[in-house]
Amino acid sequence: MKAAVLRNLKNILGKDHLLTEIEDRVTYSYDAAVLEPKTPSAVVMPKTREQVGQIVSLCHDYSIPITVRGSGTNLSGGTIPETDGIVLLTGCLNKIIEINEHDMYAIVQPGVVTAGLAAEVEKKGLFYPPDPGSQAVSTLGGNVAENAGGLRGLKYGVTKDYVMGMSFFDAQGNYVKTGSKTIKCATGYNLAGLMVGSEGTLGLIDEITLKLIPYPATRKSMVAVYDTIEQASETVSAIIAARIIPATLEILDNFTIRAVEDFSHAGLPVDAAALLLIEVDGHPVVVEEEGQKIKTLCKKLGVSTLKVASDDKERDRIWAARRSALSALAKLKPTLVLEDATVPRSRIPDMVNALQDVAKKYDLSIGTFGHAGDGNLHPTILTDKRNKKEWHRVEQAIEEIFDKALSMGGTLSGEHGTGLAKAPFLQKEIGLSSIEFSRRLRKAMDPKGILNPGKLTGVTPRV
Amino acid sequence: MSDIKKLAQSFTELEEQLIVCIRCGMCQSVCPVFEQTHKEADVARGKLALLSGLMNTMFDDPGGVSNRLNKCLLCGSCAANCPSGVNALEIFIKARTILAEYMGLSPIKKIIFKHMLSKPRLFNSLMSMAEKFQPLISLKKSETQGTSCARFDLPLMGHRHFRALAKEPFHHSFQKTVLKTKVSKIRIALFTGCLIDKILPEIAHAVVKTTVHHDIELVIPDNQGCCGIPALASGDRTSFNSLVEHHVKLFDPKRFDYLVTACATCTSTIKKFWPSLGTDIDPCLKRQLAQLSSKTLDINQFLVDVAGIPLKKKTPGKDAKAIITYHDPCHLKKSLGVHKQPRQLITASGYQLKEMAGSDRCCGMGGSFNLFHYDISTSIGKLKQQNIMDTGCNTIATGCPACIMQISDMLSKEGALINVKHPVELYAETL
Repeated sequence: MKAAVLRNLKNILGKDHLLTEIEDRVTYSYDAAVLEPKTPSAVVMPKTREQVGQIVSLCHDYSIPITVRGSGTNLSGGTIPETDGIVLLTGCLNKIIEINEHDMYAIVQPGVVTAGLAAEVEKKGLFYPPDPGSQAVSTLGGNVAENAGGLRGLKYGVTKDYVMGMSFFDAQGNYVKTGSKTIKCATGYNLAGLMVGSEGTLGLIDEITLKLIPYPATRKSMVAVYDTIEQASETVSAIIAARIIPATLEILDNFTIRAVEDFSHAGLPVDAAALLLIEVDGHPVVVEEEGQKIKTLCKKLGVSTLKVASDDKERDRIWAARRSALSALAKLKPTLVLEDATVPRSRIPDMVNALQDVAKKYDLSIGTFGHAGDGNLHPTILTDKRNKKEWHRVEQAIEEIFDKALSMGGTLSGEHGTGLAKAPFLQKEIGLSSIEFSRRLRKAMDPKGILNPGKLTGVTPRV
Repeated sequence: MSDIKKLAQSFTELEEQLIVCIRCGMCQSVCPVFEQTHKEADVARGKLALLSGLMNTMFDDPGGVSNRLNKCLLCGSCAANCPSGVNALEIFIKARTILAEYMGLSPIKKIIFKHMLSKPRLFNSLMSMAEKFQPLISLKKSETQGTSCARFDLPLMGHRHFRALAKEPFHHSFQKTVLKTKVSKIRIALFTGCLIDKILPEIAHAVVKTTVHHDIELVIPDNQGCCGIPALASGDRTSFNSLVEHHVKLFDPKRFDYLVTACATCTSTIKKFWPSLGTDIDPCLKRQLAQLSSKTLDINQFLVDVAGIPLKKKTPGKDAKAIITYHDPCHLKKSLGVHKQPRQLITASGYQLKEMAGSDRCCGMGGSFNLFHYDISTSIGKLKQQNIMDTGCNTIATGCPACIMQISDMLSKEGALINVKHPVELYAETL
C-alpha cells in the first residue's frame, strides 16, 4: 500500500486506530466460512461518521478496496478482504442512538451487537425479533448487509422486514439517506431495501432505523422427541398445513442432539432420532389453543414424548442449547461446512430425505439441524480439509445439495448470503442476465469496484 | 533449518488443539479484554489464528505474536464458553512456554522467577525486608479497604491503591504447625499462597479459626512458597517445575485427607497445572502430583461439601441488615466450577446475599496483566466496581486474594465505603 495512503489514514484516525503490523492484519484475513484467508494491507477502526466518510473518499481517490467487518461471523466469506485493500471495523461505531417507545423504532450504529439491542428494547417491553445464531456477537450492520435470518423467521420474518431506513456513504464518500421513521414512506427509491443484503458492495452503512414491535405477552416452548427423522419432518409440514405459525420450529437430528447436549447439558434426549423444538407466542388464549393443536398433531404423527418447558429458565436453556449447535458440531471433526440451502416449507420432508441420500452417496457425515418451519435447513458436513480425497467428495456433495434445493423451487442460501462461497453457483439460481443486471447496477454505484470486490455478483472487473 | 522453522516445528505439537477452532467468533461475547479494545488479536480466535500463523511460518519474527499472546488475562472465559471445546487457556500457556524458551525471558522476569520466587526462604526474607521500608514509600489511602498508594512515582506502582505487605506474614505466626483437637476426624493441609501469606494473612487466620472450631486437624508445612502460576504464565517452565517439586516434598499426600487453599488461583493451579508438569518426569512424582491434585479443594468447597458446616442461616446478629455481594473468581467458577459453595458460606454466616450484575465477569486483575496493561485492567475493573456499587452492598466477598487486590484498588479510588473480604473471613467472624 502506498505510503501516502497510510499517512493519510493515520491523519484521519490517529495511530491507535490504524493497524498495519502483520500480526494485526492477519487476524482480519478470515471469517467463519471455510475459505482461503486473505490478509489486508491495513485495518482501520473509525470512531466517527466523519472519519468513515474521509476514509471512503481517500480509498476512492486511490482505488483501494474496502471490506467492512463487524464481528467476522460471516458464513459465506463476505468479510474476507482483498490483499491490496483495507478492512474497516465497525467495533467503535457501536452506539444505540435512540430507542423510541412511542413510535416503536430504534436508531443504531452498525457496530451494535444484535443481542445487545434486543436486550435493551426488551427492557422497554419491545421486541426486535431477528435472532441469527450468532446474535451474542453479530452486529446489526452485518445483519443488514447479509439480510440475516434466525430462529424466528417463520413468524416474524428476517432482518429485511425490520429495516425502515438508513444512511450510508456511497463509493465516492457521498452521504445518502433513505427511508424514514414512519411506518409508511413512499419517497424516492427504496434504497434501504437495496442496501439490505448487499454485502457491503453498494455502500457503507452509517445509521440504521429498525422497526420494533410489542413484546409477546406469553410464550410456550415444547420439545417433541421422535424415533425417526421422517416423522419429525412430517410434523413440521402438518403444523404449517394446519395454518399454525409458531414463532420457532426447529429440527435437530440425532447427530446434532448429541453434540449439543455434550456442550450444553440442557437435558436433551441423546437417544432420540430427531427433535422438534417448538415455540408459540402471543396472546395467552391463542398460545394455549395453538399449543393444544400442536400437541394433537405431534401425537398423530407418532411423537414418542412431548415436553413443555416449565419455566423461563428451562426455556432459555433449551434455546441456548440450540444456538450452540453450529459450534458444538465443530467439536467432532476439524473442518465443518455449514450450508443453508432453503426450500419452500412444504418440501421439508423431501429435503430431509435428499440430505440423507447425499450423505450416503458421498460417504460423508452430515448433521442436520435448522429452521425447519421456514424451510431453511442447515446440513452440516463434518470433515477434515487436510484429507484431499474426502474434501473433493464434500465439494461434490455441496453442489448436489444446491441442485436438489433448486429443483424443489428453493434457494442456495436462506440467510448466510452469497459472499465468496456461493457466488460461483449464483447463475444456477437466477441466470446470467440477472447477474449481469446486478453487475451493471453495481458498476453504476461503484464505478471503480472498490466496495467489497469479488462478493455477491462474482468477479467484478476493477478499474 | 532456520530458527523460525524450528519454532514452527515446536508449534506442531499444538496442531490438533489449534485446528479445533472453527473461527465462529463466539469468544468475542465473553472476552473482557476484547470488550474494551474491540481488536481481534486480543480475543481467543485472533490469538489462535496467530499461533497457527507461527506454525505455518507466516512471520519472520515471533516477537509480535508473543506480545499479543501476553495481552491476555488468562481468565479462561473463552475456554469455558467455547461450544467447540477449544481449550484456549491450555494452548496459550503451552505457547507462552514455547515462545519463552525460544526468545528467552526478559531480564526482570529472570531475576524475579529464577532468583527470588523459586527460592521460597529467600523470597520470604526479601518480602519481610521490603515491609520495613514500606512506610517510607507508601501513604495510607482508605481505611475501609486498607489500601495505600505510592508517595512518589515508582516503577510498576503507578497510581494503584494497593493492599500493603502485612506487618506479620502468616508463616511467622504458624510454623511447622499441626493444630488438632481430641475429636478431629478429618486432617487437612493448608497451602497458604503468597498473597495470603504476605498481604492478606487475616484470611489464613480465619481458616485456622474455622478449622479449629469444627474439630478439623490442620497441618501447615513450613517453608511454603509460590504455587508457580506467575512463572508458568510467563512461560518459565523451569522455575515452575522447581516450585512444584519443592512443594511435593512438603506436601506428602499420605499425610492428609485434603489439601486446602483459600486462594482460587492456587487451587486451580495445583489441580489443573501441577499434574501437567511435563512428560519426562519421574513416574513416582507424577503419581504423587495426580494424588495431590485430586485431594486439593478450595476452602469454600471444603467447608460446605466435606466438613458439612451447618448451612442453616444463623440468627440475625447486629449485622443482619448488612448486604453482601459476591464476585466469582475466574479460577473458581470457570476453571473449577465452584460457585455455589462460597454463596452458601456467606448465607450460613447470617448475611443476605445480593447478586450483582455479571458476578462471573472477570475483575481484570490477571496477575502480570495488571502490571503490564494497567489501563485496560482498570477499565475492566471499573465495570466490576460499578456492578458492585449498584447492589448497595456493605461488603463484597470473593474467594481469591488477587481479585481482592484489584477490587480494593477500584473501590478505594472511588472512595466507596465497601469492605472487601473472603467468605471464610465472614464465616469465621460468626464463630
